[in-house]
Amino acid sequence: MEQKSIISITNLTKEFPVGKGHFTALDKVNIEFGVGEFAGLVGPSGSGKTTLLNIIGSLDTPTTGDAIVMGQSISKLSHKQSALLRNHHIGFIFQTFNLLPVYTVYENVEFALLLQNMSSGERHKAVMEALEWVGLTDKEKSKPSMLSGGESQRVAIARAMVKKPQIVLADEPTANLDSKNSHHILQTMKKLNEELKVTFIFATHDEKVMMYLNRVVNLADGRIVSDERVMNHVKAQ
Amino acid sequence: MIALKLAFRNLLGAGLRTWLNVTVLSFAFVVIIFYNGMLNGWDRQGKRDTQAWEVGQGQLWHPTYDKYDVFSIQDAHGLMETREKQLAVEGKLTPILIAQGTAYPEGRMQGVLLKGIDPEQKILKIPSHLLKQTATAADDATATDGATEVDVHYAIDVHHAIIGKRMAKSLKVGEGDQMLIRWRDKNGTFDALEVKIVAVFKSDVPSIDNGQMYLSLQTLQQMMDMPGEATILVSGTEEINGNLGNWVFKDLDFLFTELDEIILSKRAGSMIMQSTLLLIALLAIFDTQILSIFRRQKEIGTYIALGMTRAQVVGIFTVEGGAHSILAALVGAVYGIPLFMWLAAKGITFGVDDMGITMAETIFPYYSLGLIAFTTLFVIAAATIVSYIPARRISKMNPTDALRGKVN
Repeated sequence: MEQKSIISITNLTKEFPVGKGHFTALDKVNIEFGVGEFAGLVGPSGSGKTTLLNIIGSLDTPTTGDAIVMGQSISKLSHKQSALLRNHHIGFIFQTFNLLPVYTVYENVEFALLLQNMSSGERHKAVMEALEWVGLTDKEKSKPSMLSGGESQRVAIARAMVKKPQIVLADEPTANLDSKNSHHILQTMKKLNEELKVTFIFATHDEKVMMYLNRVVNLADGRIVSDERVMNHVKAQ
Repeated sequence: MIALKLAFRNLLGAGLRTWLNVTVLSFAFVVIIFYNGMLNGWDRQGKRDTQAWEVGQGQLWHPTYDKYDVFSIQDAHGLMETREKQLAVEGKLTPILIAQGTAYPEGRMQGVLLKGIDPEQKILKIPSHLLKQTATAADDATATDGATEVDVHYAIDVHHAIIGKRMAKSLKVGEGDQMLIRWRDKNGTFDALEVKIVAVFKSDVPSIDNGQMYLSLQTLQQMMDMPGEATILVSGTEEINGNLGNWVFKDLDFLFTELDEIILSKRAGSMIMQSTLLLIALLAIFDTQILSIFRRQKEIGTYIALGMTRAQVVGIFTVEGGAHSILAALVGAVYGIPLFMWLAAKGITFGVDDMGITMAETIFPYYSLGLIAFTTLFVIAAATIVSYIPARRISKMNPTDALRGKVN
């Protein structure tokens, strides 16, 4: 199932300037992710999980080395090309949900589709389908301020999934949720992974997330210290 | 279109901050349109009054006449030829003879510009018909018995004169008052006679009033020993649009120069206030934009993560700032349109009746479509530019820092 490579990272180094020197966030990282993986980048704070996720999502570029995502070299993409890559192929889920506060649930989910020049009929169908996946069709007119943390993260998942991306990058998606909501969210993502064959990559140090992963990549000080394929502890329901 | 939709959604979502900016900007809108409308109204009324009272459809000047040079008056007179006389008979032009004199109201002495005007003329609004004098009507007349109407001449002891209200105030005289006037005729000989003020007229054009006294044309011609002569010919028809014989044609553009310059200077003066007000409103938008970009870093990062280019995000914030002006135009219209309509109907009374320039006591502002359209476009453009300047920062933002809200 996870044979075909969708992300290929070679000798990737990322340095950030700090004062007169620099801080190495990622140090010669080599890794590949296949289609339909449910993988996690695990490690303590400062290990480089989020930086790697940002580079895969073309929000950042490597200092040296390269990341090939969907056949496109992240270091060589223009702003416009990387925006197109994100808009069509990559979904993001953030720790703090990052919902747009002045829009309704429906409009938040619809947002990514507005950039794809879809007709309003197609958009409506896609948005309602995405809300159905996460069980929030009854909240379509609510504003984010009226939602619980779990509901907000489910909206964020719907927003990431509505454009049917090949890759979803989730940065600490359960960090702001209680245990019950965390499991609910992870169940939802696992289900989407299995049904739609979407590649999920998490940056996390939450034990609950690790229970769902098929692959755990351990990072420390910007290096991969282990990369294990694991048996699912929890199945999608 | 997306940017406009998002911008309005964000603006309305910002609540009170938006409405404060919109209110200040709408006030700037209304004040700019109000001031310019008032100046336009003044311009229109001023020109209409000046035409009606002084310049008609243009003037023909004696070649040596200079309105601004009092010394030119002595020699600035000439005979009207047959053609000019014929046009005067047809009512297409009216001659005016101008001479210098001195008035002695109640023993005081005051310089006066004597103007002879045809009592039959219908071109100017000056009530010259009141200068018609009959022997029986003339005070202490010694004219031929039985004459119903005679040309004014020395047989009449007291000659009729009319003056404007400013001149009446200056001479401290009123209707029915008599005074001695003294002048030098074309040969330099001093002469004097008694005049009676038969009317004090009210005009919004001070240049036909201040320091001036109107007599019948024939009376002044006789007084100056200049029969059939005039200093200027006022045209009542657009047919006359060039020189006639020796008479030099002055068109309306030339004759309105003074008024145009005054209104231009007033417009420039009012620009300072309008610009200050607009600047305050634009500064508020600028500040809001800076604050907005600083506070909404995560939102900016999210837009980029969702697939917007930085340029598109700059566009959203620019349109959002510029959209303040569209809302301001709508809010301004809500209270501005009824206010402007009321002012255009009632006019604005200034209370002072003599500012030394052609200005009606009550000015009716004139709001043209061009004025409103230009003001609206100007304010929208200014607000958009002011919004774009801080929004450019977004294009330099690192999206990962923006997502964490860590852009300095």
